[in-house]
Amino acid sequence: MAADDTTNGFYRTGEPIADAKAPAGAIEERWTTRKFEAKQVNPANKRKKKIIIIGTGLAGGSAGATLGEAGYHVQQFCFQDSPRRAHSIAAQGGINAAKNYRNDGDSVYRLFYETVKGGDFRSRESNVYRLADISRQIIDQCVAQGVPFAREYGGLLDNRSFGGTQVSRTFYARGQTGQQLLLGAYQALMRQVDAGNVELFPRHEMLDLIMEDGRARGVVVRNLIDGEVKHYTADAVVLASGGYGNVYFLSTNAMGSNVTASWRAHRHGALFANPCYTQIHPTCIPVSGDHQSKLTLMSESLRNDGRVWVPKKAGDTRRPYDIPEDERDYYLERIYPSFGNLVPRDIASRAAKNVCDEGRGVGPGGLGVYLDFADAIARLGRDKVEAKYGNLFEMYERITGENPYDTPMRIYPAVHYTMGGLWVDYDLESTIPGLFVIGEANFSDHGANRLGASALMQGLADGYFVLPNTINDYIARNSLPPVAETAVSEAEERVRTRIERLLSIDGDRSVDSFHRELGHIMWEYCGMERTEEGLRKALDLIPALREEFWTRVKVTGKGEELNQQLEKAGRVADFFELAELMVIDALHRAESCGGHFRAESQDEDGEAKRDDDNFGYVAAWEWAGEGAQPVLHKEALNFEYVKPTQRSYK
Amino acid sequence: MKLTLRVWRQSGPQDKGGMVEYKLDDVSPDASFLEMLDVLNEKLIASGEEPVAFDHDCREGICGMCSLVINGTPHGPERATTTCQLHMRKFKDGEVIDVEPWRAKAFPVVKDLVVDRSAFDRMIQAGGYITAPTGTAPEAHSTPVPKPDADRAFEAAECIGCGACVAACPNGSAALFLGAKVTHLGLMPQGQPERWDRVVSMLDTHDEEGFGGCTNTGECTVACPKGIPLDVIGRLNHDYLKATAGGKKR
Repeated sequence: MAADDTTNGFYRTGEPIADAKAPAGAIEERWTTRKFEAKQVNPANKRKKKIIIIGTGLAGGSAGATLGEAGYHVQQFCFQDSPRRAHSIAAQGGINAAKNYRNDGDSVYRLFYETVKGGDFRSRESNVYRLADISRQIIDQCVAQGVPFAREYGGLLDNRSFGGTQVSRTFYARGQTGQQLLLGAYQALMRQVDAGNVELFPRHEMLDLIMEDGRARGVVVRNLIDGEVKHYTADAVVLASGGYGNVYFLSTNAMGSNVTASWRAHRHGALFANPCYTQIHPTCIPVSGDHQSKLTLMSESLRNDGRVWVPKKAGDTRRPYDIPEDERDYYLERIYPSFGNLVPRDIASRAAKNVCDEGRGVGPGGLGVYLDFADAIARLGRDKVEAKYGNLFEMYERITGENPYDTPMRIYPAVHYTMGGLWVDYDLESTIPGLFVIGEANFSDHGANRLGASALMQGLADGYFVLPNTINDYIARNSLPPVAETAVSEAEERVRTRIERLLSIDGDRSVDSFHRELGHIMWEYCGMERTEEGLRKALDLIPALREEFWTRVKVTGKGEELNQQLEKAGRVADFFELAELMVIDALHRAESCGGHFRAESQDEDGEAKRDDDNFGYVAAWEWAGEGAQPVLHKEALNFEYVKPTQRSYK
Repeated sequence: MKLTLRVWRQSGPQDKGGMVEYKLDDVSPDASFLEMLDVLNEKLIASGEEPVAFDHDCREGICGMCSLVINGTPHGPERATTTCQLHMRKFKDGEVIDVEPWRAKAFPVVKDLVVDRSAFDRMIQAGGYITAPTGTAPEAHSTPVPKPDADRAFEAAECIGCGACVAACPNGSAALFLGAKVTHLGLMPQGQPERWDRVVSMLDTHDEEGFGGCTNTGECTVACPKGIPLDVIGRLNHDYLKATAGGKKR
């Protein structure tokens, strides 16, 4: 049965996407070719060109620093009080690079190969090869900035391995790699602020895109301190605004992470690709109660030394150390002997869910599995374990009140990273000319599943090395006259109207109560395991809840002041629209792929069954207006180098 | 748990502000301090009052956005813990808890518990970086860093820029924040060429921003959620003296 038949009535199919603009030729040469073909902008002219960047994480921060350094006039916005607080700062584990410092057979080609395979063959070969190639340069750049990576006694860089790989290619700074890489980019950005090349606007949120002649020409923002709605025009706009995992309410994302910048662009014509591809991370601290506002991830690097297990018997409530060795099921080591505890994230997450569904989960509610360090402590000694993971152990103890040196950690999967996002071509340009999208905000190079330590790599590759090359070409090739007053005033008017609408509802339910309820629907029906029936149910529930939101939400305070309820309300309103698209995307993709497990599509062992013949494409969705069916555009994926095979980690 | 909260409410920078008392009945000991405030805010919204504005984002103890002086201590009673990682099990049933914003001249109150910490960004702009343009940086292994130096640099680099050190300091000094950055960059070979200019420029900016002088009371390290040690201030002073009196600065 063709996918379209089962979802008839929820979307229309449009023209396929013919060209993602990657140069032809050998994969090793494509990026070099593209860079050479790009038109350059004369340094003297760069000063006259203005680029707006939304977001200051690894992608936005590194892009701002690099474009400022190149001489462009950059205006950069973030909703936090300082660029240093972007959520990239919370990434714990590490960053991959194909340096082969360990002589374990690593290479650019191997990193490329494993990333394409790990993404379950839903990413573009050209992009992934470029990412793997640039990975080596990223480490050099960060070391030059003084990022304090872990070192060996000989003074050289240390490495470790990470989920989904068998080589040691992950560079790390204890459990705070994201923090250190972000501070490196932030400091480089601050240097450009001091030099006058970058103008910084913290506590500002982008609420709309200024469009003229079909091009992105600026943004409308709200100053979160005094509520003033302002506009800024530019020659190009870059979105580096992160992912949308907070659509689930409970996730590992920062509380402020939202989809608004991307969604506003989507409504102006930027295609939204693979929205249902959400990464569920296997090693998070389980939920403890109704008060819970977010979930905390424990770095995946813990799986290097921690062993995952549950009791063999369902309903075994003994304390972990009262359960003898032969009554424990080290299920990852049992089912996947060659990868063991280091299987990729989607596999580890699903396996955890399965054992909990069998009633063998541990901790409150039975939604947890043990991550046990007893063997590692016996083998390496407590000091070594503490040196490697000390801060993670402390964090765990603070949150749960349990000491993981004495009793195994409890972990459970949680929403972590979104592989979907705005569709971009090889140049990282969206379907709106002049609108570039980088980092987690684009649909990215990760495919249907993201391997460990690859998000930091992509954010920095996009920001330091890819975008600064491709954006020149756009600016050099297009004459961009000043933006007409009407385009600006229309965009501002849209923003003001929406704010007034949210404030005037004056209902009886808080924004958070709606967000929680939406998140619950999404986790239940569009989470780790999805069924056609459940997804159809979600498509009944979401529009009804959205309607209720627009009639019953209570937003306190005024628009012209610091108003955190108003900020949240606008974001949740956009999450409602995105949620519906995510469900439609999940419904139409009647295959299991990466973290997206369709119960109807599994093999006899219960492993995910991909369907390359029918779904070997990127699903890029076009906004067709409020209440109208979205239009599906397919970008076919061709694999010339890594032949699609069933992934097996057994 | 039952709690009585006394929360600083201030509608804007010009408002005088004052403590307002709220009672909460059903607080879970597993909730974080910020989740407890979420519960309070839900209650305030339901009764038509304006919720309390406070800064927070990652809620994982790393972004440095959360603040709050709790019972007179920045980030509350638990050592080496940010407010977002402080859990209600650390408090007693029936306790009265005071919640206030950071207090320092260089951190003006924006609203309720939200303060403006942008002075920290301006200090970093004054030299808290290594000048390394994006391009072809030297091969990473071409610059070995002795492991003890790398480890100490990392410990200093762990600073999350939350400003608790300033809030705890009787002088409102940011010496710990500054010392942490100067130490991080000053211990790496990459940071040597700009070492002396950096310390002078950052310290000058520190003073211009209205932070007070350091008198080594050590309150900052007690309040620091990342345990940045006091000796980074020693390094800051040492480098500053060497740069100025020692004539190192170009």
